[in-house]
This record gives sequence, C-alpha cells and structure tokens, in this order.
Amino acid sequence: MASGPEVAAELARKAQRIGVEVAGPAADDVDRLARFPSEAVDALRAEGFMDALVPTELGGKGASVDAVAGAVSALGRHCASTAMIYAMHLMQLACLVRHGRSAAHRDYLHELSAGQLLLASATTEIGVGGDIRTSLCAVERSDGHFRLEKQAPVISYGEQADAVLVTARRNPDSAPNDQVLVLCRREDLKLEPVSGWDTLGFRGTCSLGFRLTAEGEESAVLDDPFAQISSRTMLPISHVLWSSVWLGIAAAAIEKAGRFVRGEARKQPGTAPPSALRLAELMLEHQQLKDLVAAGVREYEARYDNPEALMAMNFAVRMNSLKVSASRLVVDIVTGALTICGMAGYRHDSPLSLGRLLRDAHGAALMVNNDRILANNAQMLLVPWDDV
Amino acid sequence: MEIDDSIRSVLAEFAKLAVDVSTLSDDDDIFDAGMTSHASVNVVLGLEEAFDIEFPQRMLRRSTFESVSAIRGAVMELVGSPAP
Repeated sequence: MASGPEVAAELARKAQRIGVEVAGPAADDVDRLARFPSEAVDALRAEGFMDALVPTELGGKGASVDAVAGAVSALGRHCASTAMIYAMHLMQLACLVRHGRSAAHRDYLHELSAGQLLLASATTEIGVGGDIRTSLCAVERSDGHFRLEKQAPVISYGEQADAVLVTARRNPDSAPNDQVLVLCRREDLKLEPVSGWDTLGFRGTCSLGFRLTAEGEESAVLDDPFAQISSRTMLPISHVLWSSVWLGIAAAAIEKAGRFVRGEARKQPGTAPPSALRLAELMLEHQQLKDLVAAGVREYEARYDNPEALMAMNFAVRMNSLKVSASRLVVDIVTGALTICGMAGYRHDSPLSLGRLLRDAHGAALMVNNDRILANNAQMLLVPWDDV
Repeated sequence: MEIDDSIRSVLAEFAKLAVDVSTLSDDDDIFDAGMTSHASVNVVLGLEEAFDIEFPQRMLRRSTFESVSAIRGAVMELVGSPAP
C-alpha cells in the first residue's frame, strides 16, 4: 500500500504524462469544437484518478488535498477544460466522502472506485440569482423513494457524468435555505438540455443547461444538511482547486513567455533582450500565485478534520480571498505573457499562441462572480471575527 | 424573561431561520435551524444595537451565537460592563 507522499508523487507523475501525451495534444480541438475532452478523461480513468480522494478503506487512493491540487495544476498546464472537469469531479467527491456517511453512500464510493465513475453537480438553479445556498426545487419522498425536478442553468459535463449531486430543499414545506444534497445516478436521471455552451473559455466543460428530473432510493439523500457540506467542504475545496486550475494556466503562459525570451536571447548571447526584464517582472506575479495557492492548500489541510475551524468566518473570508486574488493574478499573468510574446502570442497559428489561455483565464473571475464573493466577504467583515 | 424576549426578537428580525423562532428551544442550534454566516453577522449587529453592547473579538465566534442560551450568556456578561 503506497503511503501519502508516494500517492502524491505518483499522481503528479501520471497527471504530467496525461497532460503532455493526451490532454495537451487534444486541447485546441476540444476548445475549437467546445467538445468534451473524452480522451483525457478516459486517460484519467485508466490511471485511476477518479477515486483519488476516496479513503483506502473504501477502495480509493486516499490522496491528500495537496496531492490532488498538484495533479489539477499539472493538467491545467495542458488543457484547462480537462483540469476544470477533474477539479469539479473532486469537489463533488470530497462532499460525498466527507458527508455521505450512510451505507448506501459508502457502497457507492466502492462502486465509484471500482468503475472510475465521474461526478458532476447541479447546485445553481434558474430563479435563485446564482445563490447556491438557496433552492426552489424540493425533494419529494414516499415509500422509501425520492423524486425531484430542477431547472439547472448549467450542469458541467452533465451528459458525460455517471452521477450528478443535486441541491434541493429538504422537502416541499422546507424554507429555501433548508437544503440537502442528493446523489442522482445516471440511471435515476433524466436530463433535457435547455441551453448550450458556446463560451469564450473553458469550452470543453460542456456546461449546458438542463431540465433535470431524478427518481430513486431515498437513501440517495446525504445526511448532513447542505449548509454544513457547503461551508465545511464544498466552498473551501472549490476555491483551492479552482485556484489550482488557474495556476496551471498561468504556468503554461509563463512557459510560452520563457520560450519567446530564450529565442530572443539566442540571437545575441551575452546581451539579455528587453523582454527578459519583463519576464523577470512577470515571475513576481507567478510566484505570488504559487505561494497563494500553496498557502491556501496548507491552511485547508490544517483544518480538514476540525469542523469548528472549517466553519470559522475568518477561514471563509480567506478562502474567498484566495479565489478572488488567484482569479485576478491569472489574468494579469497571461496578459503579461502576451505582452512579452507580442504577435507570436496574439496569432492563433503560432506555437506561442496565448489565445486559449487568455480566454480560459477570463473565466476565473466570472465562474462564481468575484463581486458575489467580495460581497460575502464585505458582510462577514462587518465585525472582527475571532480566529479559530 | 426580558433578555430572552429581546434575543428572540433580534433572531426573528435577522436570523432568517427556516423555522419560527418561537419553536426553538433555548439550546437548539440556530445555525442548524437555517441561520447562514451572512445572517449571523446581522444578528451580531442587531444584538449590539438592542443591548447597547459591543462584543469583544474573543466572543465573535460561531459558538457564541449558536443557541439562545449561548447568546444569553454572552449578553449577560457584557450588559452593564463598558465596551472593551
């Protein structure tokens, strides 16, 4: 049985290989056609990535958040859509691992590990204005079964996922914020597309809108209220893993800028080209982003098994700050790389093209809008919360 | 009890619970009853205004506001004592 650091090293090595050999070569095609990166996701499945966060006693790899964040960044260097899909899968997986304590959910984790199943999520809903802590739809229960129907403005890779975790009100009489999370398996689901996904970036995530109906065993409903799942797990791990995707995008842009500068330098060895100074300057921001993400991962891991510390306001503020800062830095870094590469970066038909990276980077501030996150922080910071 | 009435009226106004405040027992978890982080800030501010107090930072933790009895303990400690 491999120990923690060995699992991390193995994930990093395999993610790197999949990035270079599979996800990277397909990335432009995935982007152009806005198609699901099936070859990359198949490769992740084949290498056993889908159960990374499942404890070993439930048949998984038992990897740390640090290890999966590293794998996400490594993939993000080559195909941001692939990295984002894997990151979103991991977010749902973490919720299931940490909050699905019933026998039915434990059994499902075995099944997921054995079959390398892909999880998606339906947390937003048409009519709630993007607030995931509010639901209109409700779980209806009878005779040990449940039924729910949700108008979902986006379900990333909904058509490719093996199961979708869906938020809904606990029952038809519940208040909008009295939510539960329901594991809806493919065979229990009906998804009717209501909108497409033709966007600037992250085109391979295929985040179509759907009318979702699900019916199944009542045991599919997770025990913990979504309020707890959200603050203890979904919110922090989302921000850590999204930031890891963006770190991968930034690293790819830096790599292209570096290649450009080296090319210039070769023309006149002995004299550093003007762009070298720009690159040195850009590395300041790259280092900020790397350190920011690393610190976020460390802080989350330090609190991972302490519910009180996970629910502390200051921690929520810092995870929110991580997301906003990282999403700004990635745009600055890719834009800086474009300045360095000039026309070679601006062209689509150049090996140093930065078009896809720039378009993907701009999604960072919008996918959960930074204004919403800053408004949450503004509210929480009205009083000086004690640290836990 | 007067303090309890004031606490419950602040909760009714700001906690945005999924249930009616009167159904909460003194020890029921208010967060479990649907108070979000967002709402809890308004409850803190509402309590400070209602009792003319200022919670010191050491008291500004979730646990201070998780039940009516926890809030009562914190308020009683501060009522009549000068703000830090």
